[in-house]
Amino acid sequence: MKITDPHPTFLPVDNIDTDRIIPARFLTTTRRDGLGCHLFEDWPEGKAALSDASILIAGNNFGCGSSREHAVWALVDRGFRAIVSTGFADIFHANAIRNGLAPVVIAGEDHARLVSLLDDGPDHETVLDFTSRRLICGPLDITFSARAVPTGQAIPGDAELDLLLARIDDIERWEAHHPPRIDTRKDRR
Amino acid sequence: MPASPRTLFDSIWDDHLVIPGSSHDDSSDVLYIDLHLVHEVTSPQAFSILRERGLCLRRPGQTIATMDHSTPTVPPDADGRHAFSDTETAAQVAQLEANCTEFGVPLYPLGHEDRGIVHVMAPELGLVQPGMTIVCGDSHTSTHGAFGALAFGIGSSQVAHVFASQCLLVRRPRTFEIRIEGTLAPGVTAKDVILAVIARIGTEGGVGHVFHYTGSTVRAMSMEERMTLCNMSIEGGARAGLITPDDTTFSYLAGRDFAPRGHAFDEAVSGWRRLASREGAAWDRSVTIDATAVEPMVTFGTNPATGIAVGDPVPDPGGLPTEEERAALRRALEYMALESGRPLAGHRVDVVFIGSCTNSRLSDLRAAARILDGRKVHDRVRMLVVPGSHRVKRAAEDEGLDLVFRNAGAEWREPGCSMCLAMNGDRARPGELVISTSNRNFEGRQGPEARTVLASPMTAAACAITGTITDVRELLQ
Ligand code: SF4
Repeated sequence: MKITDPHPTFLPVDNIDTDRIIPARFLTTTRRDGLGCHLFEDWPEGKAALSDASILIAGNNFGCGSSREHAVWALVDRGFRAIVSTGFADIFHANAIRNGLAPVVIAGEDHARLVSLLDDGPDHETVLDFTSRRLICGPLDITFSARAVPTGQAIPGDAELDLLLARIDDIERWEAHHPPRIDTRKDRR
Repeated sequence: MPASPRTLFDSIWDDHLVIPGSSHDDSSDVLYIDLHLVHEVTSPQAFSILRERGLCLRRPGQTIATMDHSTPTVPPDADGRHAFSDTETAAQVAQLEANCTEFGVPLYPLGHEDRGIVHVMAPELGLVQPGMTIVCGDSHTSTHGAFGALAFGIGSSQVAHVFASQCLLVRRPRTFEIRIEGTLAPGVTAKDVILAVIARIGTEGGVGHVFHYTGSTVRAMSMEERMTLCNMSIEGGARAGLITPDDTTFSYLAGRDFAPRGHAFDEAVSGWRRLASREGAAWDRSVTIDATAVEPMVTFGTNPATGIAVGDPVPDPGGLPTEEERAALRRALEYMALESGRPLAGHRVDVVFIGSCTNSRLSDLRAAARILDGRKVHDRVRMLVVPGSHRVKRAAEDEGLDLVFRNAGAEWREPGCSMCLAMNGDRARPGELVISTSNRNFEGRQGPEARTVLASPMTAAACAITGTITDVRELLQ
């Protein structure tokens, strides 16, 4: 599994939070698609950097802040399949994997070399090889860690949900020994 | 398996472990969820997943919903109509109502006398109890760790997982002790403490961890102060915050609607005490904060880790180690229209917002009212006070706090998230400087180009009076 991008989107800014990825006023949607047009809506620098790229090269702690999965939906809807960073916020990381968007983690010194290469001239073809876990960009050949490969699907057949549903019997057995801690339907008067 | 001694976190995790990760291909554990909190913004897609796959909601009695994020904070008109900011927020709220009816979820809708911000309402009703696992499609679910419950935010896909199975696939986080020792000085609050903690460890300092707050300062805090502390754990990158339950916790719970009653309550308390006593101290990381040195805090930048004492100078980008950090700070100061080398004190303020799941409880409103009592909000300042729930609102009105705010010239609103994330129409205008008791100062969080300074309710009230960023201690008599 490989992604090749002639012009990755280059935004090496730390702490790109989910409010910046998709501002709250666009969260009124009750759907998962169609959010790509609002990606980086209030962030001129981010908006200006957008093209038809499938790889986003970002700074540390990408996706911090609100748990909104809308941030991942917007990135996927806009065509992104992988985000490269030195680290991701926990909830964003989990949301990304679940939606076929690969969070690619590289070491700090590799990130610095990548940033200075792209700073000098942004037009470098970038290849992410998920089989060998290597990022190749110009003269750079960097190993990365990623817990998922990009399926490129906005709404994948949810493997986690399938797994949980397949174990309902185990869950029921567990519940038999652990009565519910609360009943929200209880009449409170 | 963790080495003995176990932490409270380990005990709760192990008590809810349905299937350990090692038994299937993913290394995530199947964890049982006792309580699932739901609101209108992150749930519609999850209900759709149930519908698409023909699934039912497995445990409606362990699920509860409220509407808070996109609801108006102005009262309904004479005919009971609510003034939604647009048709989309109205539709989202209507969708939640329809979803809850279809799937049998108990809902506290607009007009309900106990409705409130999800993280204010659930503890108030006694739904949050020690030793529980609690999730919500909302990162500030960390608030509920104040009760010794393991509570964390999840994405909408996971909301569907809990709907369908009452379980989650999750990796076991590590533990991070935040030890806070000493007595707080007058004018210094739990909000100042958590801003100081986050300034110390950074926005990503807690990634992959659960914070466990310990120490004499934490033990001396009320439940409302503990909630303020745990609420902002996510701002330090942690999934959850946790405080060992004690007598303060148990007496808060006594008599609450969903708490056990009579003999059952006494039994529950002994169970909670046993849970607390199982605790050892094998933290993966630890940091100690001297609470006696904490001063009233304000943030100068565009992330919550930029807190400084109100009289301290804004840092100089030149002092940072890497060019990326220097550029980020320059950019943040440009956005905030602030200069390095000078303190924030004295800067002009346009809007003051008291509210949000961090600081909208009765004690927060009392603290702000104490500063405002007999004084006036500065002419050019617009001040909004938004109680966290209808219960908070009624209790505040019973004490006459609403009159203190109104007489000072502030707006007294209906409960909701309001200007914390500005999706219901309450927002600041471009360029305005907002002193906000909420938890996030990201660019545009309170409206496009609005500039947010995070602070405590006392500091916010002081700034409202003077119209400038102010050290509240100057107004304490
Ligand atoms: S008050 Fe703010 S942080 Fe809290 S739940 Fe509402 S929007 Fe989120």
